[in-house]
Amino acid sequence: METLAIISGAVIGVAILMYVVLDGFDLGVGILFPFAPDEGARDTMINSVAPVWDGNETWLILGGGGLLVFFPIAYSIALPAFYIPVMAMLFALIFRGVTFEFRHQAHTSTHLWNRSFFWGSLIAAFMQGVLLGALVQGVEVEGVRYAGGMFDWLTPFSILTGIGVVVGYGLLGATWLIYKTEGQVQDWARSSATVLGGGTLIAMAAVSVMTPLLRPAIADRWFGGINILYLSPIPLLTLTLAVSLFWSIFSKRELLPFLSSIGLFVLGFSGIAISLYPNIIPPSVAVWDAVAPRSSIIFALVGVAVVLPMVLLYTVYAYSVFHGKASEHGGYAHHDHE
Amino acid sequence: MPPFDAEILARLQFAFTVSFHILFPTLTIGLAGFLVFFEARYLRSHDEAWLVLYRFWVKIFALTFGMGVVSGLVLSYQFGTNWSEWSRVTGPALGPLIGFEVLTAFFLEAGFLGIMLFGWQKVGPRLHFLATCLVATGTAISAFWILAANSWMQTPAGATIIEGQYVVDDWLAVIFNPSFPWRLLHMTTASYLTTALVVSGISAFYLLNGSNREVARRAFSAGMWGVLVLAPLQIFLGDQHGLNTLEHQPIKIAAMEGNWETRGGVPFHIFAMPDQKEQRNRLEISIPYGSSLILRHDPDGVVPGLKDVPVEDQPPVGIVFWSFRVMVGLGFLFLALGLWGAWARWRGTLYEATWLKRLAVLLTPAGFVATLAGWFVTEVGRQPYTVYGVMRTEDSFSPSVTGASIATTLVLFLIVYGGLFGAYLYYLTKLVRRGPDPLTARETEAKPEAIRGARPGLVVPAE
Repeated sequence: METLAIISGAVIGVAILMYVVLDGFDLGVGILFPFAPDEGARDTMINSVAPVWDGNETWLILGGGGLLVFFPIAYSIALPAFYIPVMAMLFALIFRGVTFEFRHQAHTSTHLWNRSFFWGSLIAAFMQGVLLGALVQGVEVEGVRYAGGMFDWLTPFSILTGIGVVVGYGLLGATWLIYKTEGQVQDWARSSATVLGGGTLIAMAAVSVMTPLLRPAIADRWFGGINILYLSPIPLLTLTLAVSLFWSIFSKRELLPFLSSIGLFVLGFSGIAISLYPNIIPPSVAVWDAVAPRSSIIFALVGVAVVLPMVLLYTVYAYSVFHGKASEHGGYAHHDHE
Repeated sequence: MPPFDAEILARLQFAFTVSFHILFPTLTIGLAGFLVFFEARYLRSHDEAWLVLYRFWVKIFALTFGMGVVSGLVLSYQFGTNWSEWSRVTGPALGPLIGFEVLTAFFLEAGFLGIMLFGWQKVGPRLHFLATCLVATGTAISAFWILAANSWMQTPAGATIIEGQYVVDDWLAVIFNPSFPWRLLHMTTASYLTTALVVSGISAFYLLNGSNREVARRAFSAGMWGVLVLAPLQIFLGDQHGLNTLEHQPIKIAAMEGNWETRGGVPFHIFAMPDQKEQRNRLEISIPYGSSLILRHDPDGVVPGLKDVPVEDQPPVGIVFWSFRVMVGLGFLFLALGLWGAWARWRGTLYEATWLKRLAVLLTPAGFVATLAGWFVTEVGRQPYTVYGVMRTEDSFSPSVTGASIATTLVLFLIVYGGLFGAYLYYLTKLVRRGPDPLTARETEAKPEAIRGARPGLVVPAE
């Protein structure tokens, strides 16, 4: 059962990581929206994510649904504990999501949906960061139930991680735009990515310093015995990717800045996973304490093993259909382009 | 119990968010099927009118689908925020069904929706048609899983509670639980019937004001064929579903019938004011032996009564009783519309019959009302349980979440969803008023066979 619990934890981890990277760049595009050079640039930006955002957000449903499948106890502890940030994130995602269709239909109210897109993306990103921080700092549990108050999630640490995720998503969005746009919009995306890249590295450093201070167990995980030797590739790779990010932006590469940013997210995510393992709800609920009965895990894992590869395959296909640069008129069929 | 405790608020909130959500999938499940039909007709006949029709309705589909996505995401987290006890206990049985819905349906829809909406110039017509088919398949698969989950809460099977959590011993019994097949057929048909009414209604509006006649005729014809076939089918399925409920949830049937005593020769109440406190009806207007005849096909057939269980185990009778009558009444109205349409078609006046078109316009949103009423019957009729007969609603909500938090988010949901619904209707009206866009000159030139294939004035009935 322990092995099954760890595999289940890995599946949830992958789903959340996929979500963070994929919806991260969509939300990042939203966060950058009001800073775009002009309305034409905004059209291009939204067209660059319109065909894929829905699939990206589906990973969030898989993350939530997956938690209910594999760790119903964790699901039923975490969501009441994080009631306010979860609800705030959901409301924000509603405003972000409806913008794609409504803004397309709007003529006089475009500015209204521009704001809805920006604030929706910004608040959703911030709340996701807050959720991350609130989870890492720990949740008060008694038996199988949440035992804390409605505002336990709100701490300086969770606000820091909230800001960190906003800046990080901004970087993902900016580097995505370097890849998907050209000319003036691309130049603007490059200078944005430079600033946001610096911000992301500062935020990562701050979180890395503060996390081991939260609990001795986390400090021990990183610095106890010779662990730091095994784990040293993580900070070293992060450094390499940081160099690659700035070098590729300055040398006008188009895809490498985006890939480097994704790499930074993957490493940051692994760092957090290493800090928390084997807990799914730190500090006291391990994956094997919260895992669903065996029959549910086996059934779900078979489904994941059979269906997820197909999902990945046609997701890659869907992205490849919309390869190349996005344009101002990338919308519906009646616009002639290409 | 104070009138507004956390449980009542959580129930109100869930009732509101899930009712709001179901409006959109109800249309997209059916409309996806209509879009497959429109595009197939275009590919086979090269008649441009079908393509124009497709492009018009795909915009309405996209607008509606987006609303479904954002309101659906809320639900997948609301189970945990507001119903944490329910999530922990039922998660091992229901979680995988919802997980399979995400894996097999949501990704499929999302993956190919982009191609369906934005891929015209990027993929060939056959691949585009495949994308439409896959999105339609995705909506149907989604209905399959979520209705399996809902039906399991009505008629749980294949699992037992061990140490405070359901443990499943037979997955096929969980998925194909006793009420699932009828609920799946009843809801899928409801979607298609609702869509047929929307398509007929909007097309009738164009025919009445004389705009977009060429495409409106095709859509009106297809929609009216849909109503003619689906309305009687839905009445038959509803009857079968009711008999299934009689077997597995007799108290829900008692509430639908407003019947208090278990006995034979029970009348069908056309009108009544059920009084749960007094455990009797006021102001009954009834058809003698009606209920016994419908449910047992025998005037002396025994119909279960609410008094079989104590008051605290009864569902709120008034809501169930009246929602049922709204649903059934509308169902027969749809049947009448379908028959009238068939009569007009047979006489060759389908496109000229003004009052038929007016009725079609009037009934445009009626399918949604009937669908919601049906859900009220089945969900309120399940009370006071979340898992029928096993887990009570009062034991299902999140104990640590305060009433104030739920009240705050409830008010926010009311404001935000109200505003969004306003915006949705505004943009929908705008799309309908603008009407279908003609093809651009370039598209017409690109397909000379499309011009040859176009047969203006010819009415193509939808087989």
